[in-house]
Amino acid sequence: MTAPLLSTDRLVKRYGGLVATDTVSIEVMPGEIHALIGPNGAGKTTLVGQLTGNVTPDSGTIRFAGQDVTRLKTHARVRLGLARSFQITSVLREFTALENVALAVQAHAGHSFRFLRDARSDESLRGPARARLDEVGLGSRAGTLASALSHGEQRQLEISMALAGDPKLLLLDEPMAGMGVEESQRMIGFLRGLKGRRAMLLIEHDMDAVFQLADRITVLVYGRAIASGTPAEIRADAAVRQAYLGDEVA
Amino acid sequence: MMAALRTPRGLATALILVLLAVLPFLTQALDQRYLLSIGTKIVIWSIAAVSLNMILGYGGLVSFGHAVFFGIGGYAVGILSAHGMSSGWIQWPVALLAATLWAALVGALSLRTRGLYFLMTTLAFAQLVYYVGGGLEAYGADDGLNISRSRFPGLIDLRDKASFYWLCFALLCGTLWFCSRFANSRFGYVIRGAKSNELRMTALGFPVFRYRLAAFTISGAFGGLAGILLANEGAYISPAMMSWVKSGDLIVIVVLGGMGTLFGPLYGTIAFFVLEESLPPLLDLGRKGWGEYWQIVFGPMLVLIALYAKGGIDSLFGRRS
Repeated sequence: MTAPLLSTDRLVKRYGGLVATDTVSIEVMPGEIHALIGPNGAGKTTLVGQLTGNVTPDSGTIRFAGQDVTRLKTHARVRLGLARSFQITSVLREFTALENVALAVQAHAGHSFRFLRDARSDESLRGPARARLDEVGLGSRAGTLASALSHGEQRQLEISMALAGDPKLLLLDEPMAGMGVEESQRMIGFLRGLKGRRAMLLIEHDMDAVFQLADRITVLVYGRAIASGTPAEIRADAAVRQAYLGDEVA
Repeated sequence: MMAALRTPRGLATALILVLLAVLPFLTQALDQRYLLSIGTKIVIWSIAAVSLNMILGYGGLVSFGHAVFFGIGGYAVGILSAHGMSSGWIQWPVALLAATLWAALVGALSLRTRGLYFLMTTLAFAQLVYYVGGGLEAYGADDGLNISRSRFPGLIDLRDKASFYWLCFALLCGTLWFCSRFANSRFGYVIRGAKSNELRMTALGFPVFRYRLAAFTISGAFGGLAGILLANEGAYISPAMMSWVKSGDLIVIVVLGGMGTLFGPLYGTIAFFVLEESLPPLLDLGRKGWGEYWQIVFGPMLVLIALYAKGGIDSLFGRRS
């Protein structure tokens, strides 16, 4: 059996009396799409924060790519191949789409203590950046300021930036949030195209998207992982139906 | 290069640079020695303003203690000079090193904070040095100290006003050149990106703190250079050169000229000094004695610029391409 790419072991995070993450152990295998679902307040955001290094767990460990990363800083985890998109779109608004992706490429091209050469004409940054933009269908918007892109385009830009470093794992925090039906379908199609090549941890409210994409699903309720399995198993799980899915799949 | 001259911004900038380059000839022809002294101050302050702009304008880090580098550069020169070490070849590297090390130390501590706390921390460190300067009895304490100018035998005589001016101008050009390269370099993109969205830059894998610390240190080194020149300009050092008022003036200059633009700090410095020199006599024309209160006019002008010309003087030339 292959080793998991990402695993947490009995992760706990408390905020005062509230246990936001309650002994959660999950595993993401190489190449699989693992979805994390759960109602509002289930602790998805807190869990994601611990995986990315923005939140320090009270106890438990996080292993990524064969290494204990529990105490590692965010930027160091990114270096190991853990890229993310944000729940609320997070791009560099004052920069063009191309500049956004070029910076993402630059983040993985060694140190940036280079003061004199003009990065705008640096094809080793701009070339791959253009290719990444084409990949998500934003090639024609390369010169547009990120702030002038539509919401859906900004989400695509974020994914494009996350992919720029050729990550082992994509952590997608509600990539379909705020998207129209058509945009969502396009995004689902794009993510499906990446399937098998990159592992993904998908946090998503859109159940259609989750059941279309995921190889495995973990259900989080009140900070606890109450179930984990294939989409079919999750659909059939009585506890999950009661706690979360309700009528949606009935 | 030629194309840049066809825009109003390019033309105005070229004119200003040419005017500054030939200033000693002009002041000699007009027999206005005093103007050359103001010109020298403008050029030196411009170096400091450009250096502050590197972190304030491009990096979005509001440091309220930048004048401390005037003091450190100046005192390093002054103290060595007071001990008979008047060679610029010793003074200047020591002064630059002192400013760089101090910037690295202050940056390492203050950059762990954000926003107003960063502002207060940089101010506190600057005040610390200010009071140390005021307590140095051997070097004139609050009264300051007359010093002899740095010596570069056989190369340049800094006592000659025109030579000194041109040296300052050449160093300003060098500083501007560095800043123009810096702004669009990989490093500059990281600094500007962190201003735009720090969380995003961290999530992309940039150790933002390290880059900001490097920027802060570089900025301090150029600030120290301005301090070296300022001490040589007046052949005098005093704690007043690093008071918080001067730090405030530098922020005003950068905001007035246009934050995060290459020549904004230069426009800002010129506007600041021209207003400081011309408002008092103009107001005195109205009634003798009014000139003393020139800041009553200057203050509202700054408020108006802050309210209506967000990009400072630079934005008056239209949007940047």
